[in-house]
Amino acid sequence: MTTTTTTKTTTTAPAPPATVEEEHQVRRRRRLSPGKRLPATRITGPLLVLALWAAASAAGQLDPGAIPAPWTVVETGIRLWTEGTLTDDVLTSLQRAGAGFAIGLTAGVVLALASGLSRIGEALIDGSVQLNRAVPTLGLIPLFILWLGIGETFKIAIIAIVVYIPIYLNTHAALSGIDHRFVELAEVQGLSRFAFVRQVVVPGALPGFFVGLRLGVTGSWLGLVVLEQINATSGLGYMMFQAQNYGQTDVILVGLVVYGLFGLVSDTAVRAIERRVLSWRRTLSS
Amino acid sequence: MAPHTEQLTRPAVRLRGLTRSFEGRTVLDGVDLDLPAGQFTALLGHSGSGKSTLLRAIAGIDHGVAGSGTLTAPERVSVVFQDSRLLPWRRILPNVLLGLDGKDAGERGRAALAEVGLGGRERAWPSELSGGEQQRAALARSLVREPELLLADEPFGALDALTRIKMHALLRQLWERHRPSVLLVTHDVDEAIVLADRVLVLEDGRIGLDLTVDRDGPDAHRAYRGRLLKALGVSEDAP
Repeated sequence: MTTTTTTKTTTTAPAPPATVEEEHQVRRRRRLSPGKRLPATRITGPLLVLALWAAASAAGQLDPGAIPAPWTVVETGIRLWTEGTLTDDVLTSLQRAGAGFAIGLTAGVVLALASGLSRIGEALIDGSVQLNRAVPTLGLIPLFILWLGIGETFKIAIIAIVVYIPIYLNTHAALSGIDHRFVELAEVQGLSRFAFVRQVVVPGALPGFFVGLRLGVTGSWLGLVVLEQINATSGLGYMMFQAQNYGQTDVILVGLVVYGLFGLVSDTAVRAIERRVLSWRRTLSS
Repeated sequence: MAPHTEQLTRPAVRLRGLTRSFEGRTVLDGVDLDLPAGQFTALLGHSGSGKSTLLRAIAGIDHGVAGSGTLTAPERVSVVFQDSRLLPWRRILPNVLLGLDGKDAGERGRAALAEVGLGGRERAWPSELSGGEQQRAALARSLVREPELLLADEPFGALDALTRIKMHALLRQLWERHRPSVLLVTHDVDEAIVLADRVLVLEDGRIGLDLTVDRDGPDAHRAYRGRLLKALGVSEDAP
């Protein structure tokens, strides 16, 4: 504003602001973080592997007896599905895993609550579970076969044990780790024991419970695969075991794909539930 | 006004020979104290002098602490802690209503929130509030229960200076409206003089100084400040 009169006489007057701006311009530092995320990052790697597999099969570089082409696997899958054998095997496997998981989940939660909320419960339960945890569950298979026979019961029992241990451990740790300040608050506010459990203990232990739940879901599939491979007369693992005897690699791959889908779908489901139930945590991390 | 005057004659809190010790170290050594109903009292003391121990004894949350003496306190007691202690998994209104039953509870909670200046934030998560707002919510939680005695353990200790001034005004205003007996534990001499009508200094496990504050006189604040600092053994001159 003060230079309005001088600009007419001197041509250099408008220049200084420009040079000042240049002097003050800050050069950005070199970025050390990896930068912006690429779109669809997770799926890029698997797709690349699939493309290489397809290309190598098409070029005749792979022995179809060892690694059949991707389209052969798809064809076999469709054939098994339409014949109804795959559906039967999938349903049998799902029933086993589902029953074992349901029992394991219930046992894990009930035992964790009993042991986390009372000293007597802790004395009775915690040590026993820690002992149980030290024994590899799959090592119990021979004993369980002798006790329960080789039918469905022992399979469900083993899966239930594989599932309940991580759920118990994580839920119990979360229960005993409840902030003491919140316990004090509940006392001051005059909460009943039931209200305290419902409003303070359970919501406070939920994050730990979900860690255990995800481990439990993974564990149920792991147990299922092992059980169905060593002694079964039906189910996905049985189907794959038979295929091994007849050298049907494509059928084995179909089985693996279905197992993979089980794992993927169940983990996604648990994560979706977790996001919904623990929505209060998002405000903390954002 | 008859019930009010009757209340004033009967102490809300009465302590006789209250002793508390931790692992052989005596923290409270036979404290005798009456807090009249409706009085705003501040309790000063160095850190470790036992002010929080005294407050926790009155609140009845000093489990497992060895001690003797008699203690009477009203039925409805609320406590405000230094941290807001809002449950992070509950929204603000359910946090305020924690432990409160009844059909009109929601209405009372909303009214309490409006009173502390948090009207409209009922559905916010605690983590979405600032430190001062969280402490306002904690005040609402303690007020909604219509306490006869409000115990506050350095409630403004974690707040910045400007927020603290606002909270002082709010607490004083709420006290004037609801008239609970208040016991405010603090290490801030100015806070005690500004807020309380009576200031106690806890020293060597006993009440060392019991001062009634009359803020009307000229230069009263400075005079009280001098007396209290002296009782606390603090010199304002450079050593």
